[in-house]
Amino acid sequence: MSNDTSSPKVNYLNNDYSIKSWLLTVDHKRIAILYLIAISFFFLVGGLMAVLFRFELATPQGDLVSAETYNKLFTMHGMVMVFFFLIPSVPAVLGNFLLPLMIGAKDVAFPRLNLASWYIYMLGGTLTIFAAISGGIDTGWTFYTPYSSTYANTAVVTAGIAVFITGFSSILTGLNFLVTIHKLRAPGLTWSRLPLFVWAHYATSIIMLLGTPVLAITVALLAVERGLGFGIFDPNLGGDPVLFQHLFWFYSHPAVYIMILPSMGVISEIVAAFCRKRVFGYTFVAASSLAIAVIGFFVWGHHLFLSSQSVFAGMVFSFLSYIVAVPSAIKVFNWTATMFRGSISWETPMLYVLGFIGLFSIGGLTGLFLANLAVDVHLHDTYFVVAHFHYVMVGGVIMGYMGGLHYYWPKITGRMYNEFWAKISFLLIFVGFNLTFLPQFVLGQLGMPRRYYFYDAEWQTLNVLSSAGASVLGIGYLLPVIYFLYSLKNGKIASQNPWGAKGLEWEVADTPPDPHNFHEIPVVTEEAYAYAKEAH
Amino acid sequence: MSEAVPLKIYYRIFSALMVLTAITVGIAFVDLGYLNTFVAVSIAVLKATLVLLFFMHVKYSNRLIWVFASAGFIWFIIMVAFTMSDYVGRTWVEAPIPLP
Ligand SMILES: [Cu+2]
Repeated sequence: MSNDTSSPKVNYLNNDYSIKSWLLTVDHKRIAILYLIAISFFFLVGGLMAVLFRFELATPQGDLVSAETYNKLFTMHGMVMVFFFLIPSVPAVLGNFLLPLMIGAKDVAFPRLNLASWYIYMLGGTLTIFAAISGGIDTGWTFYTPYSSTYANTAVVTAGIAVFITGFSSILTGLNFLVTIHKLRAPGLTWSRLPLFVWAHYATSIIMLLGTPVLAITVALLAVERGLGFGIFDPNLGGDPVLFQHLFWFYSHPAVYIMILPSMGVISEIVAAFCRKRVFGYTFVAASSLAIAVIGFFVWGHHLFLSSQSVFAGMVFSFLSYIVAVPSAIKVFNWTATMFRGSISWETPMLYVLGFIGLFSIGGLTGLFLANLAVDVHLHDTYFVVAHFHYVMVGGVIMGYMGGLHYYWPKITGRMYNEFWAKISFLLIFVGFNLTFLPQFVLGQLGMPRRYYFYDAEWQTLNVLSSAGASVLGIGYLLPVIYFLYSLKNGKIASQNPWGAKGLEWEVADTPPDPHNFHEIPVVTEEAYAYAKEAH
Repeated sequence: MSEAVPLKIYYRIFSALMVLTAITVGIAFVDLGYLNTFVAVSIAVLKATLVLLFFMHVKYSNRLIWVFASAGFIWFIIMVAFTMSDYVGRTWVEAPIPLP
């Protein structure tokens, strides 16, 4: 099977080269590539904004950009990164590409709806770019009222509509995945045999389906109040600004799990393949994904400890926020136990696993500091919070996404990337990331508030360190663009299963896969990650 | 899904929805004190349930559909209940030191 690399064969990439065949494709693999291109673009846009305001923050005074521009930069950075990169990154690119392959299906359940999701995403993205150009938006990505509804004179309604529209892309993707996993599994692929990547996407889809509509309604209410003067959040009109925070975080805390769960799924796949072992405690890792999806909906009030929320609600939300750390910890412990006595190989995807475990642990544990009612009084809205969620989102989500891109690159493109440069890039990302965000923990503890334009001169050293780290991080992200693109033409041709990994996507599907994924419907006869049998 | 639902059912549900809408409007002119919101929301929930069961065919669907349809409802309850834990609970615990 794997030695026919020389003979050219039909695959999903070479079966039709026309632009139309890409823009009107209903092939989940091609849609994944469309997302990959779009998401990389938005990542670049969001990243450039971060570079700009990090340069601004290299000095305590305002010198590079005006205060208004600074506010718009960090707002747009957050909005673009959250809604157009972090949320769709793993599910829309890797999830779209891999789910049908992993479960032995020809495609997702609703291929046209899948393409529609991409167009909806592009419409929302275009509108966001339009909002950025036509006045920008300066409310912070959280759009807190009453500033967003009453006082801000930037393109709040346009940005709100953009978020509203993009939400539907997410909802439809979640719906598509749920039906696909329920209905299209290959014969023999029982729930207890599903790869953990599929479990993670199942849990993610539930959050997408149940949470995203609330965000859509919330920004719609905001637009209705701002545009038509209906009293919803404005106390003068009989509304309540804190209600906005409740509704917003009812979605936006679970949204963190929309980001991190698929990445955790990627980590489970890689850790098994590169330790040549079944993931330790498979059932617990699968169940913890569902536990995170459910409990994640009960903790949103930890964002409102200082927003006049009742002490009773504060105590309940604080307690539940501690509880939600348990299933995440279960995963980290089980991955570590998988590595124990595994025969580990140190290719780039495995490095990203180690990066994920280390950085996500720091991100998760500092989250517990913030879930503490008393400690949060000191740390709320400081750089400590900024550092915390960047450790979760960059240290967690991007590590998983990058690890997955490297791991599946041969399957997606049929070519190997350059291992040397990939390792250099990982090193730059890891060092640059820590240099950027470790100082921010200290800054926050010292009391530097987030989103401020000026800061006290005594904090400059730590801020310069952070800005320097951001530059290293930027170079670390540019390298993969170069060596991935280079590999498309010049990379070594990948064999069918270059990592010797288990799973239908590696063992049965061609590299790159056939337009219809499988030549005949595969039949599954063993559990996931049955590596042990080979070792003995 | 397999057998078509007779049109008669749709008309009946439609008229029930219209009657309930009329009641909502009518009752808005009567002051029921603290029951105002309660009655309005109850009628709205009833209407939503009718739409779900008949127009959206949940009544004629399998158990899996029921699970997902109820999940949507339960999640809505979670949102309302925990939000109310803030609004209702604001007077429950007093500041240990009287605020200035
Ligand atoms: Cu949160």
